[in-house]
Amino acid sequence: MKMFIWNILLALVWAMLTGSFTAGSLVAGFIFGYLVLAFVARLSDQTTSYSRKIPEVIGFTFFYIWELIQSNLRVAYEVLTPSHHMKPGVIGLPLDATTDAQITMLANLITMTPGTLSLDVSNDRRMLFIHAMYIEDENALHAELKELERRVISLLS
Amino acid sequence: MNESIAAVILLIGGAFVVIGALGAVRMPDLMLRMHATTKAGILGGGLVAIAGGVFFNESEVMVRALAILAFVVLTGPVAAHMIARAGYFTGAPFWERTLKDDLRSNLDKAGGYLYSAQEQREGKGRPQQQAPRDDGE
Repeated sequence: MKMFIWNILLALVWAMLTGSFTAGSLVAGFIFGYLVLAFVARLSDQTTSYSRKIPEVIGFTFFYIWELIQSNLRVAYEVLTPSHHMKPGVIGLPLDATTDAQITMLANLITMTPGTLSLDVSNDRRMLFIHAMYIEDENALHAELKELERRVISLLS
Repeated sequence: MNESIAAVILLIGGAFVVIGALGAVRMPDLMLRMHATTKAGILGGGLVAIAGGVFFNESEVMVRALAILAFVVLTGPVAAHMIARAGYFTGAPFWERTLKDDLRSNLDKAGGYLYSAQEQREGKGRPQQQAPRDDGE
C-alpha cells in the first residue's frame, strides 16, 4: 500500500515536470514510476511484493469482468426462459480470510460472481453465509468460491 | 465510427437493465430478485457509462465514466448484501423449492448471535437438535 502511494506521487511528479495534467500523462507517469520502483525494489530486496502485485491486480480485474459477464448471462437466461431451473439455497463457507478488508472484498466479489449473494458473516468471522442460485453441485461451487478467496487473500496480504 | 460503437454498447447495457427489471418481477423470492437486479444493474449501468465515454471520445469524459463504473462496482454489492440481509432477518419468505438453509441452524435469534459451523462443532454454539425431555419419570 505504501508503495502504491509512492507510485501515485511519482506519477504526479511526472505530470508536474512535463507540465500537462491529462489522464494520458498521469498514466504514463504511473507506468514510469512503476518501472523505477520495480528497479529499486530489485536492488533493495525489500519491497518486491509490490512489483509483483500490479500484474496480479490487472489479471484479477480481467478475471472479475469475466465472472461478471458469466453471471449476467446465467441470470439473463433464467429470467428470459419461462420455467425456473433454479435450485436455490443458503450455504455456509468456512473462511480462511482473516482481516476485515479481505472478508469485505470477498463478500463483495461473491455477490458479483455467478448466482451467489453473500448474506452474513458469523460473529466469530470464520464462516460466510451465501445464498446461491444453483446448489445441485455443492462441491464444485465450494471449489469455485475457495479459488476466489485464494486470489483475494494473495491480493490483500 | 465512435457513434456506432457507442450505440452498440448502449444497446447491450440497456438490454441488461431491462433483463434486471424483468427479473425483479419474475423471480419467485426476495433473494432471487436481488440476484437478478444487482448483477444486471451493475453491468448495464457500467456499460451505459462507458458508452457515454466512447461517444464523446475525450479522456476527461472517459475517466469520469470509469470512475462511475468503479463506484457502482464498489457500492452495488454492498447495497444488495444489506437488502438481502435485512430481508433474511425480518423473515422474508423463501421460495418453496429452496433446497437448504445452513444459516437458520446456526442462528441464535434470541441472543442475536450467528455461530459458525466450526464453533458449533467445538460445542460453543447452542445444541443443533434439542432432545425431547420427558419429565414424567
